[in-house]
Amino acid sequence: MHIRYSHGGDEHIFVEIGEEMSLDAFFISLSLTRAVREAKIDGVTEVCPANSSFQVKFDPDKISPDEMMTKVKALEHKAEDGEKTLKTRIIEIPVYYQDPWTHETLMRFRERHQDPSGSDLEYAARINGYDSVAAFIEAHHSSPWFVSMVGFVAGLPFLYQLVDRDRQIEVPKYLRPRTDTPKQTVGYGGCFSCIYSVRGAGGYQMFGITPMPIYDPTQTVSYLKDFMVFFQPGDIVKWKPIDRAEYDTILAQVEANTYAPRIREVVFDLEAFKADMDGFNARLMEALNDV
Amino acid sequence: MTFKVINPGLLTTIQDLGRPGYFHLGIPISGAMDRFALRAANLLVGNDEGAAGLEAVFMGPLLEFEVDAMVAVTGAILPPRVDGEEQPLWTAFPIKAGQSLTFDYLKGGARAYIAISGGIATKPHLGSRSTYPIGSLGGFDGRPLATGDMVPLGEGKTVKAGRTVAEALRRGPGSPAELRVLPGLYWHLITERAGKAFFDDEWKVAPEADRMGVRFRGGQPIEFAPREQPFGAGSDPSNIVDGCYSYGSIQVPGGSEPIVLHRDAVSGGGYFTLGAVVSADMDLIGQLQPHTPTRFVRVTLEEALTARRDRAALLARIREDLS
Repeated sequence: MHIRYSHGGDEHIFVEIGEEMSLDAFFISLSLTRAVREAKIDGVTEVCPANSSFQVKFDPDKISPDEMMTKVKALEHKAEDGEKTLKTRIIEIPVYYQDPWTHETLMRFRERHQDPSGSDLEYAARINGYDSVAAFIEAHHSSPWFVSMVGFVAGLPFLYQLVDRDRQIEVPKYLRPRTDTPKQTVGYGGCFSCIYSVRGAGGYQMFGITPMPIYDPTQTVSYLKDFMVFFQPGDIVKWKPIDRAEYDTILAQVEANTYAPRIREVVFDLEAFKADMDGFNARLMEALNDV
Repeated sequence: MTFKVINPGLLTTIQDLGRPGYFHLGIPISGAMDRFALRAANLLVGNDEGAAGLEAVFMGPLLEFEVDAMVAVTGAILPPRVDGEEQPLWTAFPIKAGQSLTFDYLKGGARAYIAISGGIATKPHLGSRSTYPIGSLGGFDGRPLATGDMVPLGEGKTVKAGRTVAEALRRGPGSPAELRVLPGLYWHLITERAGKAFFDDEWKVAPEADRMGVRFRGGQPIEFAPREQPFGAGSDPSNIVDGCYSYGSIQVPGGSEPIVLHRDAVSGGGYFTLGAVVSADMDLIGQLQPHTPTRFVRVTLEEALTARRDRAALLARIREDLS
């Protein structure tokens, strides 16, 4: 893999592991950002891993950009012997597909969409070669997903589908971004799914909504007491389709602050996954059975 | 020890120097868009440079003080008045309990910084009092000020009224504004001709200018070098596999209108960036009014660092004058 380095103004070093998305690129980004953190370079203020790249922000009054570049480049050899296994967790996220709230929103911004005559799900199903929206939804929730980046807005996870590339769903973003997206919308753009952590602008196609909060600046939600952001890179997600009744039940639990997400600790092994994706995924998802 | 918000103005938020350290979770650095002006205002009233003050956009708030305090207003030319009496800008002036602070119409710049002795003493979140409204974080209940808010103040030091920043040390953008840019990041995705036109063209600040970013219009559309879109990036030539954005980086969605990302920008996304405005000039962007003609000036890393040192020297002189 050819790693590309660039200055981002005088306060950042930007490192692109690969132009295209892959789990290999993600694992190298994770190893290298860990190496940069562990090197404890004086002047570094932020180390941010992304899908297939990462960025280091620093104070140029403490270390010159060229010197920082040299230090970051010197860690490149750590990419090869970086860990390819990750102790992490699998989380079940309930999703109400084709919900009324994202539907209302997508109708409001129809003129910004590739196909103003249909819904986002109808469009995504068609361009990905599915016969029906139901078959497309099933493909979306039947395999697990890997959180390869947290960002855009506070606590928003980017999720990468754990299947062969030829089975991965790909959709374009809206032609022009919407100015509104309901909070906790499950979206899709490029090869990534996402959960909008807050209400706001967005360009991803909208598939559904989860009743489960994933960001709480007041830290009152029981499972967000320790930290306001739920996701971190490396988390694994299993979408669970729910209907309106289940949505309302979970929402009531969220409001009573009694909702507890279903979570299990798992190990993600990149090589074992690549050797047998379906078998590895089945074992990952089985972990949720005894929660 | 509070002041009361009688009228919040157009958009007035509590800001300090920002909230570094959480960008990897999508929480932006936030803080004053013109940090030079906030630092100067704080120094004038005897605060730490990083104390929280108010950032008022285009229009000043109407505040009623319940405590004696020293106030300084810097940044935009938004002349303050105490019970109707005009007060100088970039200068410390006293206000007494029961008096009101109001502002005239904006005469220049875009964002005024109001520092009050003792600093604003709302509860810090993740180490900062800065308001990040999209994430309902920091500031006053995570939102801009509203009528009726009682804003707490800290314990101030005693300083003399009339302390001032010399005119020569007050920094603001000229017209046309010049923003120095270090090309980089995804610069290689555009053609040589497009790169040249970006720096040759005159741009104008678009009305879409906020704490997330400032959009520019009027230059030629960006032409992309031919390439096959990488897997996961999306089909538009301006799309990349979503990555982190640098503070000050310039994205051009669809190749049409450049946006310079600022303090509350999204932490990452799927649009290419062609470089970044140098750190020394980010404060100036906070003072750009819509329609201001703007030129992007290509600089080297060495020139960017010289600009940074010049700005630091200016601040050092203010510190010295006020010590």
